[in-house]
Amino acid sequence: MYSEKVMDHFNNPRNVGEIENASGVGTVGNAKCGDIMRIYLDIDQSGIIKDCKFKTFGCGAAVATSSMATELVKGKTVQQALEVTNKAVMEALDGLPPVKVHCSLLAEEAIHAALWDYAEKNGIVIEGLKKPKKDIHEGEEDGEEY
Amino acid sequence: MSQLIYLDYAATTPTKPEVVDAMLPYFTENFGNPSAVYGFASKNKGVITQVRENIGKTLGTKGENIYFTAGGSESDNWALKATAEAYKAKGNHIITTKIEHHAILHTCEYLEQQGYEISYIDVDENGIIKLDELKKAIRPTTILISVMFANNEIGTIQPIKEIGEIAKEHGILFHTDAVQAYAHVPIDVEEYHIDMLSASGHKLNGPKGIGFLYIRKGVKIRSFIHGGAQERKRRAGTENVPGIVGLGKAVELAFANFEERTEKETRLRDKLIDRILKEIPYVRLNGDRKRRLPNNVNCSFQFVEGESLLIMLDMKGICASSGSACTSGSLDPSHVLLAIGLPHEIAHGSLRMTLGDETTEEQIDYVVDQLKEIVNKLRAMSPLYEDFIKKQENK
Ligand SMILES: Cc1ncc(COP(=O)(O)O)c(C=O)c1O
Repeated sequence: MYSEKVMDHFNNPRNVGEIENASGVGTVGNAKCGDIMRIYLDIDQSGIIKDCKFKTFGCGAAVATSSMATELVKGKTVQQALEVTNKAVMEALDGLPPVKVHCSLLAEEAIHAALWDYAEKNGIVIEGLKKPKKDIHEGEEDGEEY
Repeated sequence: MSQLIYLDYAATTPTKPEVVDAMLPYFTENFGNPSAVYGFASKNKGVITQVRENIGKTLGTKGENIYFTAGGSESDNWALKATAEAYKAKGNHIITTKIEHHAILHTCEYLEQQGYEISYIDVDENGIIKLDELKKAIRPTTILISVMFANNEIGTIQPIKEIGEIAKEHGILFHTDAVQAYAHVPIDVEEYHIDMLSASGHKLNGPKGIGFLYIRKGVKIRSFIHGGAQERKRRAGTENVPGIVGLGKAVELAFANFEERTEKETRLRDKLIDRILKEIPYVRLNGDRKRRLPNNVNCSFQFVEGESLLIMLDMKGICASSGSACTSGSLDPSHVLLAIGLPHEIAHGSLRMTLGDETTEEQIDYVVDQLKEIVNKLRAMSPLYEDFIKKQENK
């Protein structure tokens, strides 16, 4: 069902983890639909993404798209990172099954959300960046732990 | 371990070599149409009758009440649609549960479109039907109660005898989808007051595409497949002789070692459950601990998603299944897991492992060892786990 690239990024995900005191953090998706992605960005003075890490709760495609998205934005400028679209992530993975395309959209949204966080923290406006709409706690039933 | 570890026997089972051997001559030498007059072909009629008798015995009934079909789905469709039609004059109301297989649920949806009214009874947190709700749902127009014998996802066995008694008391027909239960738990259609029962060959080491519907004598449902006079004019079509022979052989084998097999499965099932619950934190068992199929284990691993779990298990040569949305092609996790009250994110992290007579203790141990590592790996990747741990630390 998945391409070799997807399987590779699922089995050996790149850049899993957290960044302490990250320049920007974005979390999108919700537990209800079964996919949550969190992306951490470390951005230097000149606006270059020095490091990028992720954590994902979701299916194989969700993990692989997060992994690929982090690879694609690493070393890029903020403006270049904005251009990492879901299409770019999908192409880099040699495609996704149609039912999994929403995972790649989530990866794009996660990057945008992290950039938004960075912009807010630094009081800057990134041209072309819209406010992320997803709330990860939407529709979440509370309290239950097993 | 280089061999495949198959833990998806509830999805389907391998056809036993003895079953295949029994079937083969009926493709080649004994290919004749059982309705023919000449001897070599009409002998097949006797062969079919014998299988019918043998299956009848396993259910405490006569062979003449067993009708061969093309499997569980057809049996379920037949029982529901034909009852709805035949008893229309009495009423248009059917009672079922929220956790039935889609072969029942989608048939009910279809009947609703045709003007029938369906009550879907709730189950408790272990998946057991609420009998008081069932009683309350009964109307003067109720013509059928259909409750599955055992659930395919969480393995819960229903109080079938009690349901049968309620149905009988009210003069309502009672159908049970026993596709997962037949040849896995003892069933007596008389003792349980079952009027119709669906079963399928491929869940008991028989071939796919063959099954049967038991219909109590006196139940007035008609043919669902129109055509020739086969199956006493109730199910047209030249008999699937190799399939029927294969089903017969599979039933014979399954009942020959019934107790031994189910005892062994129960022991391994309990070991698997116990080790998982003891050795992996934040896990819950789905389904009833005791009233469950001998071969069913279903657990939810908090903070991880089922499809990821399945792919990683597959990499280790382990075949299982999940009620996660990602494995169903929809955005919602399994209706069964939601019906027992699981929040979505817990339902997404479910894993079903179903055992068979070839499952070994070694395999169970290997699976738990792998599972521990995989769950750890996925949790290290999970933002939900990260948030949970941070919350714990701040307490
Ligand atoms: C409970 C239940 N009912 C019906 C079916 C359908 O049976 P079949 O595949 O023989 O049509 C299945 C099999 O998946 C099942 O588990």
